Amino acid sequence: MYDVIIIGAGPAGLSAATTSANEGLNVLVIDEYMKAGGRLLGQLYEEPDGTYWNGIKESNHLYEQARRSGAEIKLRNSVHNIEKSGDVWLVYTERATYETSHLLLATGAAESPLPVPGWTLPGVMSVGAAQVMTNVHRVKPGKRGVIIGVNPLAAVIASELQMAGVEVAALTLPQMNGLNEEAANPKQVMNQLLHVAHMAPSALIRQGSKWMKPSIMQQLGITFYPKSGFKMWGIPVHLRKAVTEILGDEKVAAVKLATVKPNGDVIEGTEEIITCDFVCIAGGLYPLTELAAVAGCPFYLVEELGGYVPLHNERMETALDGLYVAGNITGIEGAKIAIAQGVTAGLTMASNHGVPGLEARIDQSIKEIEHTRDSAPFHFHPDVKKGKQIVQEKWEEMMKAEQPL
Amino acid sequence: MSERITNHPVLGPIDMKKEVSFIFNGKIYKGYEGESIAAALLANNIRTLRYHEESGSPRGIYCNIGHCFECRVTVNEKQGQRACLTPLKEGMAIQSSGMLPTPVKEWRETYV
Repeated sequence: MYDVIIIGAGPAGLSAATTSANEGLNVLVIDEYMKAGGRLLGQLYEEPDGTYWNGIKESNHLYEQARRSGAEIKLRNSVHNIEKSGDVWLVYTERATYETSHLLLATGAAESPLPVPGWTLPGVMSVGAAQVMTNVHRVKPGKRGVIIGVNPLAAVIASELQMAGVEVAALTLPQMNGLNEEAANPKQVMNQLLHVAHMAPSALIRQGSKWMKPSIMQQLGITFYPKSGFKMWGIPVHLRKAVTEILGDEKVAAVKLATVKPNGDVIEGTEEIITCDFVCIAGGLYPLTELAAVAGCPFYLVEELGGYVPLHNERMETALDGLYVAGNITGIEGAKIAIAQGVTAGLTMASNHGVPGLEARIDQSIKEIEHTRDSAPFHFHPDVKKGKQIVQEKWEEMMKAEQPL
Repeated sequence: MSERITNHPVLGPIDMKKEVSFIFNGKIYKGYEGESIAAALLANNIRTLRYHEESGSPRGIYCNIGHCFECRVTVNEKQGQRACLTPLKEGMAIQSSGMLPTPVKEWRETYV
């Protein structure tokens, strides 16, 4: 029997483990991957101050901190179910069933697929897969790749691939179909990119973003968008071209690219072939919430947070007694915010377990999350603060409804 | 040919690890101890990890972090192991799975 079990050894889970173990709680962290760090492991980008954010170094630091605090960390073990029995949470894993009073779900995010004809061919992978292969395993995903999906995550990973000596032939849209309208519509993609334009090293998009803010200018911008694309880190970015098919026999050999109208419709006869030996699909991230769902948490769909999120309060408590959430399961944001949320969750679990005098630190840690969010150089979802507000409102509504009149 | 990134401008040189031998579909390959089976195979330029149980189409890694289950292989006779989550060990015997009999399929083709 543990005081705390944490599912997920990413930034949120590890920081929660350190925080609660430092308060004297008996903590177990479970993760199915072979290394601790979660999605943080693959991250590698230049901060606005010119230093590098090295996910492997940050992960090792968080892992060592958690180990020193006395938390037990079991890797390579998958959780397939959680269930409440009386006051105890049962955690069913591949190896054993564990019991705990406080259960934190820090399961992170998964990548949304963008199905394109040919996408099951070997050599087609999610953009995060290419990132992990390159930065964590240090194996090139291929010699020359095409990235389908134009968004901040795709752009950052494209630059990481290039850093490692892998050629990225292009970033381009998927051909529009019933499943990917948002990612395939040039105007919507342009709109999304404008929010991160200040991060782009290309003077064109940085300068352009100022006058393209009003919607009518965006329409003009996309209409007159150069057909050959603009270049970011020397990589062509196409918003007026889309992949209609991935070609290859036993593995990826090329993609078929066509020019599209501003609304995303393919212009017949414009198809061209780009050779490549791998393709990345960049459909964006969504909160990985299955365990909260099997536990019976109430959910709410918040587009500003990237998908369905389990209702929770500022202290990281869900509607179910003894069940907590932290990190990207509460909405898609950066690792620094996940770390801050882990601290709050760790303190809340310690307080609920009977450690006295933590209220001021919990309040302070909640403010720290806000502060981290405000000082983040960019947001995966520009309206993330609105999303957080929606969750808070829905939580309050639910609490009100549950109180007897 | 996929290659290992031995030197990285920001991450520095690759960690020195022990080289091990393993068998994939009856052939002997070399990889590094503790790296994922998926990484070891890709470094050997192998992308096809299995053939789809119903259609027989070739499949490789997709998500590389255990979510999608596209990279399932048989490891030392244990079926359905995710190549992206399984660390490589000396002498490991890894096998791709192939098409399975699907007697229901005929019915579907006739009536749908």
